[in-house]
Amino acid sequence: MTDAATNGHVIRTRALTKRYGDLRAVDAVDLRVRAGDVYGFLGANGSGKTTTLRMLLGLVLPTSGEAEVLGMPMPAARRSVLPRVGSLVESAAAYPHLSGSANLALLDATGADRSPRLARRANIGTALEQVRLDPADRRPVRTYSLGMRQRLGLAAALMRRPELLILDEPSNGLDPHGIQEVRQLLLQLNASGTTIFLSSHLLAEIEQMCTRVGVLRGGRLILQEQLETLLRPTGLVAIRTPDTDRCQALIGAPVVSVEGDQLLVRAKDPAWLNAYLVGEGVRVEEIGSYRRSLEEIVLEAEARA
Amino acid sequence: MIIVELIKMLRRPRTWLIMGMLIALPTLVAVLLAVTDLGPRPGTGPPFLSAVLSDGTLFPLAALGVVLPLLLPIAVAALGGDAIAGESQTGTLRYLLVRPVGRTHLLLAKLVTVVAFVLLAVLVVAAVSYAEGRLLLGKAPAAGTVSLSGSTLTEPELAWRTALALGYVIISMLGVAAVALFFSTLTRSSIGATLGTLGLLIASTVLLGLDAANALHPFLPTRYWLAFVDLFRDPILWRDVLRGLLVQFGYLTVFTLAAWANFGTKDIDD
Repeated sequence: MTDAATNGHVIRTRALTKRYGDLRAVDAVDLRVRAGDVYGFLGANGSGKTTTLRMLLGLVLPTSGEAEVLGMPMPAARRSVLPRVGSLVESAAAYPHLSGSANLALLDATGADRSPRLARRANIGTALEQVRLDPADRRPVRTYSLGMRQRLGLAAALMRRPELLILDEPSNGLDPHGIQEVRQLLLQLNASGTTIFLSSHLLAEIEQMCTRVGVLRGGRLILQEQLETLLRPTGLVAIRTPDTDRCQALIGAPVVSVEGDQLLVRAKDPAWLNAYLVGEGVRVEEIGSYRRSLEEIVLEAEARA
Repeated sequence: MIIVELIKMLRRPRTWLIMGMLIALPTLVAVLLAVTDLGPRPGTGPPFLSAVLSDGTLFPLAALGVVLPLLLPIAVAALGGDAIAGESQTGTLRYLLVRPVGRTHLLLAKLVTVVAFVLLAVLVVAAVSYAEGRLLLGKAPAAGTVSLSGSTLTEPELAWRTALALGYVIISMLGVAAVALFFSTLTRSSIGATLGTLGLLIASTVLLGLDAANALHPFLPTRYWLAFVDLFRDPILWRDVLRGLLVQFGYLTVFTLAAWANFGTKDIDD
């Protein structure tokens, strides 16, 4: 997958734009998703995430700009690209009067790259087991719970062992246990080489599983960075103490801010600082390296934008 | 792809519900005729309905005459209107398109499926009503069936004319199918597409009753629907049958192209 043609980029867009009348739903977005990434595509509802995903999949045609998926232009190359991509766009959908496995069988049989009968049954079984649905379940999808439908949608995305997964809010409708299962499944797939591009409005979800983050706001990509870089230590130490005034007097200039009972101090070694303060009789409730949360980073980026 | 669409159609309970309705109406007519022995006076009412009292072998044609003006077009409008809009409604359209299935390919598969349904429906109605005609209504006169022109038709002659008539009825539905398919690509609501199609057919019927619209009559989709009756004259009156074929292929071409043009570049954002 890391052929020179793609520069290691599995998804790459240049000034990708979709206008509906005067509304710029997606505005000059330059996405860079590299092979092996778990890319978290963040944004509030209505920020343009789904429209971007639909353009990547050739469902919506861009007004201007370009999109490349697996090194080939979309939607022009959809015939070669899409068989290698698994996707879940918005809520999962299926024919309500058929069982889950019948739905997957129909879907598989529809494409030009359909698998032979026996292999199909095996693939469907594997995909359903991956998402913890019972392949022997004959009940029609109309009796499924929201979570089961979502799992079926994921199974449909996984069925042909894609190199790239494009998932729109994959944890939609799942209970906390289900969310954890799906997260583990996706990380496992990623470990075996699948690149994952997933959209979400849940920061915690992204923070827990992604390697790279993009933030969309009002159709514009306001942040795109490795999560590691974003969350690296700030060089600050956070101290919580009831003796803020005395603490500030002792430390002096390195104090960056005081807010309630918390001080932020430019310092390298929290342990040394702790020993010093306690030795001076300052009561320290909590002390440690200060890291910003993804939430703060996103809010900051939004404030800048 | 086409085979998958056919399987999908055959596995839908709705398909069989519609089929049941298409059979039920002629069955009711057959029973009523058999019990009351009251046919419409010759020259009035649906074609062949007075003739079947004495000759049950004509009942398949009478049955088609009964379902053709209303029930069959509604069925075709329902299936055709649902073709794309229905997939859009359940959200499965995007699954098909990212599978990937080409949009043109999908459209063709849907059209073929609707036509296959018409074929199946017409054959089923004909077969069931043939059985009903033989069982409930009059036996064919020993001399052979009497044509609408008064001459006698031999059994093989009646058979191939009936086959021609069935073919003509199937082709008569092509225009409706294409219009419904076109509307189906315009909207996300399959009921909307179906009603749009029926609206067009009703408008066509209304205009047919209006002398002021005479100039339009030869182009209306419903104008030649019952022309299959002319196949049972002696000699066969080809004029309206041929015009009917021409009108249907015209509608088929125009609306299939329109559906293709619209669907090919449409944003799928349901």
